[in-house]
Amino acid sequence: MPANSQLRTNEAELIKSVCNGKREAFYELLQPYERMVYATAMSVVKNPADAEEVAQEAVLKAFANLGSFRAESKFSTWMLQITYNEAKMKLRKARSHLYESLDDQQQTDEGDYYPRDFADWRPIPCELLEESEMRQAIQNAIASLSPCYREVLILRDLQNLSIKETMTILGLSKATVKTRLHRARLLLRDSLAPGIDGSWINGQDYRKVRSW
Amino acid sequence: MATIEISCFEVWREISNYLDAEISPEMRERMEAHFKACAHCNAVLDGTRNVVGLVGDGRLFQMPEGFNKRLYKKIQGVP
Repeated sequence: MPANSQLRTNEAELIKSVCNGKREAFYELLQPYERMVYATAMSVVKNPADAEEVAQEAVLKAFANLGSFRAESKFSTWMLQITYNEAKMKLRKARSHLYESLDDQQQTDEGDYYPRDFADWRPIPCELLEESEMRQAIQNAIASLSPCYREVLILRDLQNLSIKETMTILGLSKATVKTRLHRARLLLRDSLAPGIDGSWINGQDYRKVRSW
Repeated sequence: MATIEISCFEVWREISNYLDAEISPEMRERMEAHFKACAHCNAVLDGTRNVVGLVGDGRLFQMPEGFNKRLYKKIQGVP
């Protein structure tokens, strides 16, 4: 049996156990997705304390409503959909104190894109992620994206979800998922290509190529 | 048959789809021909690929310490 259907059968059994009152089975069901729940919450609310609160609320909601889960989607997709909605709700509540309604103030700029420069960024700096300031720089760049781009980027590239799963969780069309992901990646490239202080590795391997 | 040339502009528009293999074989062929000849688009492609790699790196997003403990405590607390 392929790993995927094995997983789903196993999940179906766990769900049955939870519904029959076996609480520990819920831990087992949830455990592989904890990180995803947290990252999804972070993609919307941005700060760790709020994200944790959202994650907890989403998990409690999923636990309470597990009986209504229909296996039409994967458990993970359903769980992340709940998380995403909880996070949006949290944001809405936080904002309602400040403004009339800034909800869904989604800055979309889906027009044509021009690269800011043609920084030659050949060396793959993955090992640099060992350094916390490098991680911080990337996290800051992600955090500075408009929410509509950040959400898609985190689901697709950070969590490796499929286009279809991303569509379901965010309630977007395929075309929108693709356009937003495209824009998110290019914007990130623009902000990260020159590296920190203009160079990734002592400025040695960084060359700027501009055509104008 | 010769590959139909495309502009840098068209290449930028499809770069993300190219990385995700979400383009037609014809488009892939055209883009590959373009990448062979255009250093700028190559740089954009490499940079974008690097971004995808960096974001996908598991070390980027670390959960707060004690996150799962607190979470399980919450579930435990449900009547």
